[in-house]
Formats: sequence, structure tokens, C-alpha cells
Amino acid sequence: MIAEIGHYAVVLAFMLSIAQGILPLIGAHRNDTALMGVAAPAACGQFMFVLIAFCALTYAYVVSDFSVALVAQTSHTLKPMLYKVSGVWGNHEGSMLLWILILALFGLMVARFGRNLPAGLRARVLGIQGLIGIGFLAFLLFTSNPFLRLDPAPFEGQGLNPLLQDPGLAFHPPFLYLGYVGFSMAFSFAVAALIEGRVDPAWARWVRPWTLVAWTALTIGIALGSWWAYYELGWGGWWFWDPVENASFLPWLVGTALLHSALVVERRDTLKSWTILLAIIAFGMSLLGTFLVRSGLLTSVHTFATDPERGVFILGLLIVVIGGSLVLYAIRAPMLKGGGLFAPVSREGALVLNNLLLATATAVVFLGTLYPLALDAIGGGKVSVGAPFFNATFVPLMVPLLIACPVGAMMAWKRGDLPGVVGRLKVAVGLALLVVLATVMIDGNTDIVAALAMGVAAWLVGGAAVDLAERTGLFRISLSDTLRRAANLPRSAWGTAIAHSALGIMVAGITASSSWQTERIQIVRPGDTVELAGYEVTFKGAGNVPGPNYTALRGTFELTANGRRVTMLYPEKRDYPAEKSSTTEAAIHTTPIADVYVVLGDSDGKGGWATRIYHNPLVPWIWAGAIFMAIGGMVSLSDRRLRVGAPKRAARKTPVAEAA
Amino acid sequence: MLRPLTLIPVAVFAVLAVVFAVYLWQVGPGGKDISKIPSAMINKPAPQFDLKPIANLPARLKIPGLKTADLKGGVSLVNVWASWCPPCRIEHPVLMNLAQQGVTIYGINYKDKPEDAARFLDQLGNPFKKVGVDNTGRTAIDWGVYGYPETFVVDASGHIRYRHVGQIYPHQLESLILPLLKQAAQPVTDSSKAGSAGAGGS
Repeated sequence: MIAEIGHYAVVLAFMLSIAQGILPLIGAHRNDTALMGVAAPAACGQFMFVLIAFCALTYAYVVSDFSVALVAQTSHTLKPMLYKVSGVWGNHEGSMLLWILILALFGLMVARFGRNLPAGLRARVLGIQGLIGIGFLAFLLFTSNPFLRLDPAPFEGQGLNPLLQDPGLAFHPPFLYLGYVGFSMAFSFAVAALIEGRVDPAWARWVRPWTLVAWTALTIGIALGSWWAYYELGWGGWWFWDPVENASFLPWLVGTALLHSALVVERRDTLKSWTILLAIIAFGMSLLGTFLVRSGLLTSVHTFATDPERGVFILGLLIVVIGGSLVLYAIRAPMLKGGGLFAPVSREGALVLNNLLLATATAVVFLGTLYPLALDAIGGGKVSVGAPFFNATFVPLMVPLLIACPVGAMMAWKRGDLPGVVGRLKVAVGLALLVVLATVMIDGNTDIVAALAMGVAAWLVGGAAVDLAERTGLFRISLSDTLRRAANLPRSAWGTAIAHSALGIMVAGITASSSWQTERIQIVRPGDTVELAGYEVTFKGAGNVPGPNYTALRGTFELTANGRRVTMLYPEKRDYPAEKSSTTEAAIHTTPIADVYVVLGDSDGKGGWATRIYHNPLVPWIWAGAIFMAIGGMVSLSDRRLRVGAPKRAARKTPVAEAA
Repeated sequence: MLRPLTLIPVAVFAVLAVVFAVYLWQVGPGGKDISKIPSAMINKPAPQFDLKPIANLPARLKIPGLKTADLKGGVSLVNVWASWCPPCRIEHPVLMNLAQQGVTIYGINYKDKPEDAARFLDQLGNPFKKVGVDNTGRTAIDWGVYGYPETFVVDASGHIRYRHVGQIYPHQLESLILPLLKQAAQPVTDSSKAGSAGAGGS
């Protein structure tokens, strides 16, 4: 019964999305208030019905209702409750329902919080959201119904892939989808602006918070995925340039470019056509990722059970949504008149450089990801493009971006003073040189590239700090004045500084963990001690431990430093009988500056155990960097300018108050 | 008032959409299974090669190198793998399972660092009777390898009978690999049947 309610709710949401997708657009065209008024209630209703459907499916998982085919295929009574719930989106159908739920949530938020939008723009944005909703609800109903019944119902389910039974991965998809779907807002605003033929600073001010939400969520989602790969796959790596990883990284790169270019539209009323294009592409990349993963064209660990029919449907959707909006763009974009002029050396110029580099990086990753597929489609045979390609192309593009970042952030609008800015950054330059020198001295092998990369990391953090110090007048005026200035500083300035220094933290983590990792591989017997990087790891023994739905072989290791016990480590190998597969659980001791990472291998049958022990310096900084980046996004989102809402469009002729 | 510059995105997208459509058609109605690619090598003798063992293996892992002559005398699987290839890692328990059932599995270690390959086998177990190191990728080209991992069924006379591109999933053990091994133990009766047997993909 519950499943039927869920199914029926999806049908109702589908009907409402048709109303939401058509009537408000007609209303906005005819300036008919009644028709435009349909948009908000339809969006609220759509969210309500999708939420009912989602709750119904969750309920079926929680009570293990195996008469629902999807639950029988992907759940099991012995599974812990967390994974029963996360199992809802651990499969194709359920994850599409989550996708739609988030889409409807964004629609609800525009309906609820978008009251200060001009009526026409709001109706158009909601209408376009409705059109996207039609596409995805139809996809769910006609090709991937999660509520299909199974008769007779089996006594036990087949279980969820053990790799997915993990707290990190339980929350990886919701954040990722929040990001993917969040870009639909920027997209809807972009298409609405193209229909209206008008983009102005107020428009950018409405788009930026939605883009920030999406970008922040995507940052967290990608970081969770990479963290999971690090501790679950058990070989110490954290990013593999896997096509599906790239599929989530592409919208992030475009979204980052969009965040920066929207700033130029907002402040300087220029770069409009490019920003609109980025908004379309950001969502296009999100859809493309969905298409590639769901159609079965890319096979990887992430691939769900695939079916070409679904691929055809999503391709159709992609062509209508992205092809359609790009045609609209081709027709309307020439009408968008640029506003403010600027010198090449200026904040605008720096942001254009940022966009050029990010766009090129996107193109490189895009090519590397899709080239094998395109080559195979034209009969050119199979190739694989791996990490060496991306490291050789992507990294060199990032170097100028990272070096220019602190300079650009301090540059004045319209016309900047490059020598002046560099002069003010001399503290950061000094810090960077100091770090390079210190790195060379500590690292006996003098890996000069790694030392320079650490210098770049210090440069980013130092640059952000100098920027904040300049703005607050630190050391130039009295401390109380500085504190007052710091409190009055726009949140977006704090957000920028946090996110940029987070980038530095991440660069340091990436550099150190890939340059100075130490590993020990050996057979150990109980009582054996392995020394590495100032630690001693003593093997105490291994034995079987039962888990809720698995049996684990657990090793016990004592980690000591200078004879003092630091902690005990318990790496495991888990066997999942229901799913007939097994996972490796690395035991990790994390300190602020390094991870000690222990993996238990097989027994040699003579009382010895194969073990791998890694010392990964600064690896926690990679995820700390990602978290700080997301915090930067959230702080920026709390900026008064975005919270209070934008001024009326009539005010757009007046110069935008220059807070930063 | 169209401008060529603003037409570029839609043109690029159109090309992309055509590529996707063609590929989808090949995979769907066209019947092309991306995990099962026809091979010119089916029912031909395995190519000539003589590969060295993995260098500096730990003493407890005694795995000799691999050459063409080793493949004669019994039905075997030849698995092309690398420690850097994540699907190989996922496939590994399936190979271990096959080895425990007494299936002879030979490995070709493709463009790998010896220490990484040794660590891989040390940590995950060794299903291979012999492993040859293909540092140049030359042998993989001779076999016509497309992607990694890739597995060939070779019969007792050293002829390639079947090729499986991509990882072997656990459910394909019973439905695909074991029947193929049984079939390879029979002399070739209808050459067109061999090599296209079983349902690849998932």
C-alpha cells in the first residue's frame, strides 16, 4: 500500500510539474498575473508529493519490504539501519528519486524565498525548473520506477554492495546531487534571462547565492568521495582520474569559474554573455555526468545496473535541455550589451584569467574523459586515458591559476596596480620563499618541484592573510579599530580569504602526500615491530570478529612513538556472506600532520600476516582544505548583500555600493 | 542577428550529441557489447612471447615468468592486469575464487612497477600459476588487448577460445566463465560458436 502511495505521489508530482512548466511561461510572456501565479503553489505541491514518494520508499527500506522489487534487490534484513536508509539512494531508481527531491526542494526555495524577484523573472525561473522536473519525473515513471512490486515476495533481500556500506559513502550522493541539481538554479536563471533578453547586476546577485550553495555542496560531495576512496580501497590513493570522478569534477570546475564570473557581472555589469554560457554549461556538465553514468557508456566502480533505454531517454533530455538552451543562447546572446570597461590589469582582468584557465582545465579533463568513448564510437578502437595524461595537462594549468590567485584577489576594479599589489604581498612572497627553503632543508633528497609546490601553498595562505590584514588595517591602526573593521568586513571578503587559503592547505596536502609518502610492506608475526617515520608499529595478532552482516578478520597493532603507546590500530578484512564479497578496512591514525595507515593482508599459513603500513604526511590537509573551502562558500553565502536580497531593478543605474 | 561566436557552443554540443547517439546505438540496437569486443585472435594460436617474472618478488611469492609454450597442455585463463587498474583490484577476489576451484590462471602484468605488482599480489593473494611482465606493452598488443583487465580462455592446444574485456563480475563465474572453460576442454566443433558464447556485460 505504501509503495502504491509513493507511486501515485510521483504521478501527481509529474502532473504538477507539467502545470509548473507551461502555464507560468505563457503567463510571463503575456504578462498575465493569474497564470504566473500558478508557479509558486505548483512548485510547493510538487515538492510535497515528491517528498511523500521519497518517504514511502524510505519506509519500504526501513521495514525491509521485499515485495518492492528495488528493496529486494538492494537491501537485506541484517543490514544496519544507517545503510538501510542510505540504500534508498544506493541504486539507480532511488538515486533518481533523490535527484528529483532535491530539484523540487530548490523549486520550493525559489517559490518561498524569491518574493523579492520581479514577478516575470520568478515565473520564468520556476517555469524552467518545472520543465526540467517534467523530464526527470517522466524518466523516473517510464524507465526507472522504484515502486515496482515483486510477486511472490522473497524472504530475504540480495543486499547492498558492501563497498557502499560505509558512513562516508552514505552521504556522498546526497551532497553530490545537491551540487548537480543546484546548478539547475543558475541554469534556470540563465535561460530566463535569455528569454527576457536582459542581464544586469541584480540578476547576478540573485544567481550567485544559488551557485554558491551548489558549489559548496559539490565540494563536500567530491571530498567525501575521495576520502572514501582513500580509506576504503586500501591503497593510500585518494584521486584516480576515473571517468566517473571526472564527471563530478567537471561541473565543479565550471561552477568555480561561474562563481568568479558572476562576480564581474554583479560588480561591473560586464562579461554577461560568458556568464550565461557558463551557467548553461555547469548544469550541462551535471546532466552529462548523469547521462554517462546511467547509460552504461562508461563502466567503472560507480556504474549502476544500466540499460540502453535509459541512456536514450537521458540523451534526449540532454539534447532538449542543453541543446535547446544553447540554441536560445546563440540567438539571444548577441543582444546582451556589455557594461563597464576595464584595463587588462584589474580585478576584472584577473577574473577573466581565472575563467580562461578554469575553462581550459575543464576542456582538458573533458577531452581526456570522453576521447576514449568518441574514438570507440567512430570505430577507432579502445584506448584508456589515465592519470599520466591528466597530471601532465591539468597540473600545469593550475600552476598559473594558483600563483595569480592572491594577486588577483587584491587587485582594484577597473584599473589595477600590479607592482603595487605585488609590493603589498611581499610578506606572502617572503613566507613562500621561507617555506621553499625549509622544505629543501628538511627533505634531504631536495625534490625541488615539491619544494616549490609547498611554496605555492604558503603563497596562497599568506596572500589570503595579507589581504585580510590590509582590509582590517592590522598593525597599521590600533587593535580595537582593526577588530571593528574585521567585524564590519563583508562576509564575502572573509569567504574569499577562507576559500583561497583552503586551496593552499589542499595544495600542501596533495604535494606532501604524493612526494613524501613512506611505505613498509612485510610479513609480520605476533610481536614483530616495524619502524617507520618515527613510529613503531607492533603486531599483536589477528582473529575473527563478528559484525552485524559480515564477519571480519581483525588485526591488532600497537602504535608507539619513542616507546610510548600512541594508540591501538585495528585494520579489518570483512566478508559479506549475503553479497558474497569482501572489503578492506584500513586502520588509520590521523594526526594534524600525517596519517599512519595500516592494511592487513593475507596469512602466509605459517603464523605470519602480510601487512602494508604507510606514513602519509599532510594527507588530512587535503580534506581539511576541502572542508575549509566549503566553509568559505558558506561564510560568503551568509553575506548581507545576498541575504537581504538584491535592490529593485530600477536601481540598477545607480553605481553598486562598493563594499570590498 | 546571429554571430558566429555564439554558435560555437551549440555546434560543439551537436557534434557531441551525435557521437553519443551513435555510441548508444552501437551499444543498444546495434548489439555492440562494450564488454565483449570481437577479436581477430579467436581460435588462433596464442601469440609468441617470452616474458620475465616480476622482479624482486618477496621470497614467499614464487611466481615464474610466462611464455607461449606454458599455455599448452591444459585449459587455462590468461588475465592481463596491473596494480594501477582499479577494476583489476575489484576483479581479484573472483580470480582467487577461480584459482581455489583449481582453474589454471596465468597473468600478464601490463606496464607496472615491479614493487607495486608484488605488493598487489602480496596483499590480495596470488591466483596466478605464472606471471609474465609486459613492460613495453608489446605482448598486450600482440594479444589485441583493448582495456584492463582482460581475460582470455586458452585451450589445451594453446588456441585462444574466448576473450572477456573488462572485469569478470562474481555472477559471471557460474554463468559465463566456468561454462566457457568446460567448452574449451572440448575440441573445436563449430568455430563460429566459440568466442561468441555467453552473455557478457551485466
